[in-house]
Amino acid sequence: MTEPTTAQSPTLQTPSQTVGPFYGYALPYVGGPELVPGYHPRAIRFHGTVTDGAGEPILDALLEIWQADESGALSRELGSIDRDGFTFTGFGRCATTIAGHYTFTTLKPGAAGAAAPYILVTVFARGVTHHLFTRAYFAEDSALHATDAVLSAVPADRRGTLICVSEGVVGGAESYRFDIRVQGENETVFLDFDA
Amino acid sequence: MTQTPVPSHSGIRPGTGPASQNEITAEIEAIEADAAARVAAGGSPELQPRRDYAPYRSSLLRHPTHELVRVDPEEVERVSPAFGHTDVNVLESDLTIQHTGEPIGERITVSGRVLDGEGRPVRHQLIELWQANAGGRYVHKRDQHPAPLDPNFTGVGRAITGENGEYSFTTIKPGPYPWKNHMNAWRPAHIHFSLFGTAFTQRLITQMYFPGDPLFALDPIYQSIADADARARLVGQYDHSLSVPEFSLGYNWDIVLTGPKSTWMESEEDHD
Repeated sequence: MTEPTTAQSPTLQTPSQTVGPFYGYALPYVGGPELVPGYHPRAIRFHGTVTDGAGEPILDALLEIWQADESGALSRELGSIDRDGFTFTGFGRCATTIAGHYTFTTLKPGAAGAAAPYILVTVFARGVTHHLFTRAYFAEDSALHATDAVLSAVPADRRGTLICVSEGVVGGAESYRFDIRVQGENETVFLDFDA
Repeated sequence: MTQTPVPSHSGIRPGTGPASQNEITAEIEAIEADAAARVAAGGSPELQPRRDYAPYRSSLLRHPTHELVRVDPEEVERVSPAFGHTDVNVLESDLTIQHTGEPIGERITVSGRVLDGEGRPVRHQLIELWQANAGGRYVHKRDQHPAPLDPNFTGVGRAITGENGEYSFTTIKPGPYPWKNHMNAWRPAHIHFSLFGTAFTQRLITQMYFPGDPLFALDPIYQSIADADARARLVGQYDHSLSVPEFSLGYNWDIVLTGPKSTWMESEEDHD
């Protein structure tokens, strides 16, 4: 196997590589999972478990979310890393626990553009060579789902993997569960954006 | 957009016990030959790693079996979170000044530009980096490699790209380290990078390698990119003009994100 020594092409994309197992002291940061403080009057809990093809929890996954605010606007504000507790930046990052579980505290997004409201979820993990994108929609917006371009592109029998389970008020906040099955039975739909 | 499960690549026998390096190398070479045959038959080179890459055993249960659903990005995906100098202290780009003493190892700078698929600079965006120390040890509680920790080196840096997409880190050259993918598995020395573009679709986490590493051919993570030219884009170039006399050796590495839409995408090819 020969390794070419040619210089980089200026226009071809740099390939992805796995985040690996040892990002834990580097990428997670204080406040990463709390897009709003838990005491915000309209804070929601957005959480779930990430599992592999054997149904085992993935305890070294890193999740990022990116979403519109309640009005459907995307924040241009700085401060995702150094949160002030008042500015909603729309970005969050959370490592899974040893149970493969993640929890974000955020606001329910409004609809941005024509789409039904959703949270964009990105999954990184050891063994995942190239991150996975998915979207978490909300069951109460079902009237908007019929015309949503992405949900319409997904086979009906898999569409449910993109919709959070509403758990009602838990611990003072509306709770939405979004489990992510990377492989296997009821595998989550992952998206490839034509970008 | 078909929804049929992606078939396993033929000729690959995922081991049940630890495989030997020779077995892993044979699997790597079979997949590279398969990728080369697809290109010879008129296909496009694979610009990204295969998700189902059996030589990298951790990928076996961690890749989707359904094809990804190809969709147009909407507003959420077409923008990215904003980061700036109020998020990141400028001193965070120097990994050698985070403790009271100097870290052990070969002091280097890694610098370059972050560009989009049309060669335009990605300005004022967050770039994060993490790495092992000179002995090949990470400051991570699950890293059990019996190499010494360096009390003067954590191995984490952050920066905000400049007007021309430029970045520069001062650090220590990381060491190679063993891992448990197979018997006598060693990772080539590398630095992990995390990048944001102007659209969230451009999000990238990857690894930069050093030129001439004898472990390249043996490493199933590097080789998960089946196209040799594509994976060579992960190798930084030694640039003597970036070396500082009596102080540090300079490496250059430009990073090209996907998009905008005119970029040639691997996913346009139906190679799976």
